[in-house]
Amino acid sequence: MDNFYTAVRLEEGLCRGCINCIKRCPTQAIRVRNSKAVIKTEFCISCGECIRICPYHAKKSIFDPLASLNQFDYKVALPAPSLYAQFNNLGSTNLVLNGLINMGFDDVFEVSGAAEIVSALTRKYIKEHRDRLPLISTACPTITRLIQIRFPNLIENLIPIISPVDLAAHLAKERAINNTGLSPDKIGIVFISPCPAKVSAVKNPIGIEKSDVNLVLSMENIYSRLLVSLNEIKNKDNLEDLTMSGKIGISWGGSGGEAGGLLSDNYLAADGIENVIRILEDLEDEKLRDLEFIELNACNGGCVGGVLTVENPFLAKVKIKRLRKNMPLEKSSLTNYIEEEPYMYWSKEIEYKPVYQLGGNMHESINMLREVETILEKFPGLDCGSCGAPSCRALAEDIVRGQASENNCIHIVRDYIHKLSEDIYLLDAKKIN
Amino acid sequence: MLNDHIHLSYEIVSEDFARAGEAASDVKRVLKKMNVKPDIVRKVAIALYEGEINMVIHSLGGTIDVYIMPNEIQMKLEDIGPGIEDIDKAMEEGYSTASETIRNMGFGAGMGLPNMKRYVDDLDIKSGLGQGTRITMRVIL
Ligand SMILES: Nc1ncnc2c1ncn2[C@@H]1O[C@H](COP(=O)(O)OP(=O)(O)OP(=O)(O)O)[C@@H](O)[C@H]1O
Ligand code: SF4
Ligand SMILES: [Mg+2]
Repeated sequence: MDNFYTAVRLEEGLCRGCINCIKRCPTQAIRVRNSKAVIKTEFCISCGECIRICPYHAKKSIFDPLASLNQFDYKVALPAPSLYAQFNNLGSTNLVLNGLINMGFDDVFEVSGAAEIVSALTRKYIKEHRDRLPLISTACPTITRLIQIRFPNLIENLIPIISPVDLAAHLAKERAINNTGLSPDKIGIVFISPCPAKVSAVKNPIGIEKSDVNLVLSMENIYSRLLVSLNEIKNKDNLEDLTMSGKIGISWGGSGGEAGGLLSDNYLAADGIENVIRILEDLEDEKLRDLEFIELNACNGGCVGGVLTVENPFLAKVKIKRLRKNMPLEKSSLTNYIEEEPYMYWSKEIEYKPVYQLGGNMHESINMLREVETILEKFPGLDCGSCGAPSCRALAEDIVRGQASENNCIHIVRDYIHKLSEDIYLLDAKKIN
Repeated sequence: MLNDHIHLSYEIVSEDFARAGEAASDVKRVLKKMNVKPDIVRKVAIALYEGEINMVIHSLGGTIDVYIMPNEIQMKLEDIGPGIEDIDKAMEEGYSTASETIRNMGFGAGMGLPNMKRYVDDLDIKSGLGQGTRITMRVIL
């Protein structure tokens, strides 16, 4: 696929054409044209920052509606670890798992369980690839996309292990087939996502041909239904133990959790997209040495800060900490019985997508950049955003790419009108004389 | 032909650690807009950063001029002193005259000049005690 698929969309009717999203977008993927925001999809990394900032809720993430579950005979829920952090006084993650069953799912498979396997694989991978340190986590799809368009030198540092969601989906599907004897197309693997990035990653996978996830629900969207379900069962005794993960697995929900699962101190964990970009710049310039592992999460606080979550990420982290208390380090039942297999690693190369490049060759690039500089001199350098581009420079580049014109700059138009009215005045003055 | 290049120019202020590295990252930003191979962008960024930091730490300030041409990138770093007494020695890995304070900031491993040499195709240093230092680096595209 040439164009990136993004789950981030605009609800046109709600968009007022303000400049909030174009200013916030970390990859400068958004322009306002004809008073509506337009996402240049090849630049979009699905981070969801525009969804967060839009005061009119015009930006949203697509996801599958609950009703779409009905197309499957057997439905397995895959809760992301951040889901457990959305509720008060949970006591145990098992309540959520049983709550999902009570809601109508036939089975649950914890993504945090698969995360423990990924942790084990990562520990091994780091040991075997000391020539490629520091290795960079690929759990947050936004980061992988960002590296793909802006930090091509770091592609070789990416850890080519499939994400916990995709691993959970594979294992859940296998288990469902074994348990039910149903054909695979009757089984629905349903991921409950904290963010648009993971929706995008399911629809347009990174590193693999196809994800085993069939549907992606939004955490926010199912929240109230799940809450009702939890209340229905919370006083029941002897709930079946459906848990598959320990401390390591559920810690993946917050930043630093994945790194913690490596049981080594030689790592760096950064969260929040702007912080992440700074780290990637430094990594590319080889300014960060002697590190084994870099965990990067696009959202503040990690996945608990995902734009489709409900709870404040700081409180959510406290809740994960509380839940961890009575847990074993990991649920070895899973890590021990599952063998390492080729499907657990990426099967597709990650390619550099040079979306920022101007020009198809060096001569063209030079000429276009010179033109950008010439155009820039005409602008006032206010970066006011009124033209619909995030900065004067961005507008100049759009013009050179043939996607905008100088008249998009209101300051240029204003000066033009000034001059025009002066001319008219002079003309009138002449007539009177 | 003379017009077929991009010229970028930066003022480097001695001991201005808050802005140190700005020239290198700006050049990196520009190169990423161009048809330059990623590993070349990285080499230029690293070599220029080392040279820029050296100007901030060891010199009294100066200018950096970068010329991006279709077939090569040239970086000219020029400062007003105090100069390098023994260039061969300065080129040795591990040789540094950095003070204790500078070392505590994480610099002074004596790897800057050797790294510059490693990352560019051609490195030329003109200097002497009491005069400025002029460094020209070329990377062939
Ligand atoms: N622009 C300059 N002006 C004066 N002296 C310089 C300049 N650049 C380098 N030197 C001298 O050359 C020495 C070696 O430089 P080099 O960059 O290799 O190491 P460093 O700057 O001391 O340490 P590092 O670069 O590893 O932080 C410096 O310690 C300094 O004495
Ligand atoms: S940090 Fe987590 S929630 Fe945020 S974009 Fe990345 S994967 Fe999604
Ligand atoms: Mg140095």
